[in-house]
Amino acid sequence: MTTATAPVPTAKKEVIKEDAMWLQKELINRNYHELATAHERGKKVAATFVPGNLNELLMCFDLARSLPETNALQNAMRKKSGKMVLDAERDGHSEDVCTYVKADLGMMLAGEKGPTGEALPRPDVLLLSYTGCFTFMKWFELIRQKYDCETTMLHVPYQGDGRINPSMREYVVKQIKEKVIPTLERVSGVKFDIDRLRGYMRESQKAEDDLVRVLQSAKHRPSPIDGYFGAVYYIGPIFTAFRGVPEATRYYEVLRKEVEERMRAGKGPVTPEGDHPGEKYRLVVEGPPNWTSFREFWKMFYDEGAVVVASTYSKVGGVYDFGFRHDAERPLESLADYCLGCYTNLNFPQRIDMICKYMDEYQADGLLINSIKSCNSFSAGQLLILREVEKRTGKPAAFIESDLVDPRYFSAANIKNRLESYFQMIKQKRTSSENVHRH
Amino acid sequence: MSVQDVVKRCEGLFEDLEFNAVKQWKAAHPGAKAIGYMPIYVPREIIHAAGMLPVGIFGGGDQIEVIQGDAYYQSYICRIPRSTLELGLNGKLDCLDGMLFPSICDVIRNLSGMWQIMFKDKYVKYFDLPQNYDDDTGGRFYIHEMEALRKDLSSLGGRQITDDNLRDSIAVYNENRKAVRELYMYRAQKPWQAPTSEMYLVLRAGCVLPPEEHTALVREYISETEKQKRPQRDNARVILTGAFCEQPPLGLIKSIEMAGCYVVDDDFQLIQSWLLDEVPVNDDPLGELSKAFLHRSASTSSKYDEKKADKGQFLLRQVKTRGAEGVIFAAPSFCDPALLERPMLQEILARHKIPYTAFKYAENTGQMAPIREQAGTFADSIKLWSAA
Repeated sequence: MTTATAPVPTAKKEVIKEDAMWLQKELINRNYHELATAHERGKKVAATFVPGNLNELLMCFDLARSLPETNALQNAMRKKSGKMVLDAERDGHSEDVCTYVKADLGMMLAGEKGPTGEALPRPDVLLLSYTGCFTFMKWFELIRQKYDCETTMLHVPYQGDGRINPSMREYVVKQIKEKVIPTLERVSGVKFDIDRLRGYMRESQKAEDDLVRVLQSAKHRPSPIDGYFGAVYYIGPIFTAFRGVPEATRYYEVLRKEVEERMRAGKGPVTPEGDHPGEKYRLVVEGPPNWTSFREFWKMFYDEGAVVVASTYSKVGGVYDFGFRHDAERPLESLADYCLGCYTNLNFPQRIDMICKYMDEYQADGLLINSIKSCNSFSAGQLLILREVEKRTGKPAAFIESDLVDPRYFSAANIKNRLESYFQMIKQKRTSSENVHRH
Repeated sequence: MSVQDVVKRCEGLFEDLEFNAVKQWKAAHPGAKAIGYMPIYVPREIIHAAGMLPVGIFGGGDQIEVIQGDAYYQSYICRIPRSTLELGLNGKLDCLDGMLFPSICDVIRNLSGMWQIMFKDKYVKYFDLPQNYDDDTGGRFYIHEMEALRKDLSSLGGRQITDDNLRDSIAVYNENRKAVRELYMYRAQKPWQAPTSEMYLVLRAGCVLPPEEHTALVREYISETEKQKRPQRDNARVILTGAFCEQPPLGLIKSIEMAGCYVVDDDFQLIQSWLLDEVPVNDDPLGELSKAFLHRSASTSSKYDEKKADKGQFLLRQVKTRGAEGVIFAAPSFCDPALLERPMLQEILARHKIPYTAFKYAENTGQMAPIREQAGTFADSIKLWSAA
């Protein structure tokens, strides 16, 4: 399973960022510092996954929050994950399984130093939100095996029929009430206060409104944002330890204003090398990015004038652009709906519908699938998605392969070749379609 | 039938990828439906209670060339979904009126949606299984899932599935499970009399035969093989684990045995031994199926272990009760559940000083020499070690 957060690349030459990106970096680094000092400040630490994370609930118990996928990808962006993956494999983990898991286990083997170099504390509680990814379950069982920490499981049923039925919601709510909350109360020593939860959820909603406006700004031509490479920065705070925090609300307000300003000025996205050179191709991307060569990967797009206008990955920690908001009036039910509605918890017809909708509403030229070796939750069946989307939209789709945090699976030359051919294909298709219209 | 005849019949059923047994059953029961299910577990009682034939689909094995199925999967996905798709696209599963995809892993989960898109004229259901084991929480959810299946199959079959139907079917499957347990017990006692390569085929027949017929077949195998005394060898007694979904080729099982191992327990086709004892036949059939699932079912890597202390206990019990001397971890390549679980189980075995070895396979693995060498070395080391 994959997930997003705000990458904080360490580059030697100056990297251009929007103000909001700096703010975001500050937030993420601050969280690492808070985690590093949590135990000395008498705070307990919870680890949980990005999809279906119950951040507002965890905050009700004053728990510091660590997200292992985020740690893995941050390590990957700092070129540290390759060794961690190898160390885990040497320790007996199969080369076939998820590299997020192995990067996390490798980090533990190397002395539990987090991405920023500060120590990452052992979690006091694992909140195993089993949302949209089977590997999560084994991942936390592996951590529990090593650390023997308290673990509470939240089983989120899959939307196999393409809808949330009342029994699914009731099941999740009951687990939150009867398993998750009592465990968090016991571990933290803090009594649950539903009004505190409501307060955080009201805050979440404001940030979610702004995030949606940011993501939907890509419907504009030219798009002021990149809905994939840029979006992984944007979703960082809301998908991790900051949803429900006033600083995150402020972050999204700043971000929205910045993006609106770019839109008014007719500007494209900000890339690490400055303004986007000009929008030639508008793409929808399915699948998580590669983190080990994130900048190089992104550059292959903007060098060719490609902008990603929408992506499924930016919905992995919550699908907000189809209307869902955390709802303080029905807090536990709303947390359940949030978990049930995350992208990888959607069935295939739903995923295909969503992509086709993006292709249409964002006036995309085509679909690109970045298939990730590590992530069966995304990858198994993506070739059918490709065929179906091509069939339904008549627009070209392309397929590339890489991995999340294992540098061995990023072949820059192959990917670049495929992308260049794909852009050529879009160009030809566009030209022939223009010729048809002309005659 | 002699034991050879029983095995031959089972082998014929196993090799028949046209599913003629299913077609014959349907011809003998005009209008009745057949419902396929994938590993690991679905409550077959509900399908049976609908007057339908439950059919276990375990991929195409090593007898099918996968061409179309490969076009849907990257090289790093296991083989069972691609060979299953191949069977579907070649029309070999046309005799099935529906398919159930239980929760086991993300690949089979996603295959459910692919099936919805690719086989629109069939009934397709992703069947969720609870990972919370409280009767009032996971149980309630599970009963709801079963009720939904009951409703769907009632409507597909054009007749209501009554509680009486369910009770009758539970009784039928109780008897089937009892026979399967007897076979497992018999093999553990006399593994030379019931080689796993034969027992596998006898159990696999249960994927296409009605349970009543399969129960009789299992018992016939036990009584017939008992009549024919076979040589007892000084083999190592091993548990084989990790093969609960994509099945190894029969040649691989034979290779392990030829290398000097008696497999005295395994998790092949786990559905047949999933529920560990009888499901009470009473006023609340779905409630009892739920309790059996939550509290008295096999442990496997796609089920959550609530406590750290629970991890590996099922395997340790298997080792103890079957008198095993070692464990073979045999997992399909790219199988997340089995491969992620393996290091945890290995650690526990090491702590208990139980020897183990591990390898990967695919359902079409053709080269058996490395497996034979590895299993042979393992068997030798057990014998040398225990003699020391």
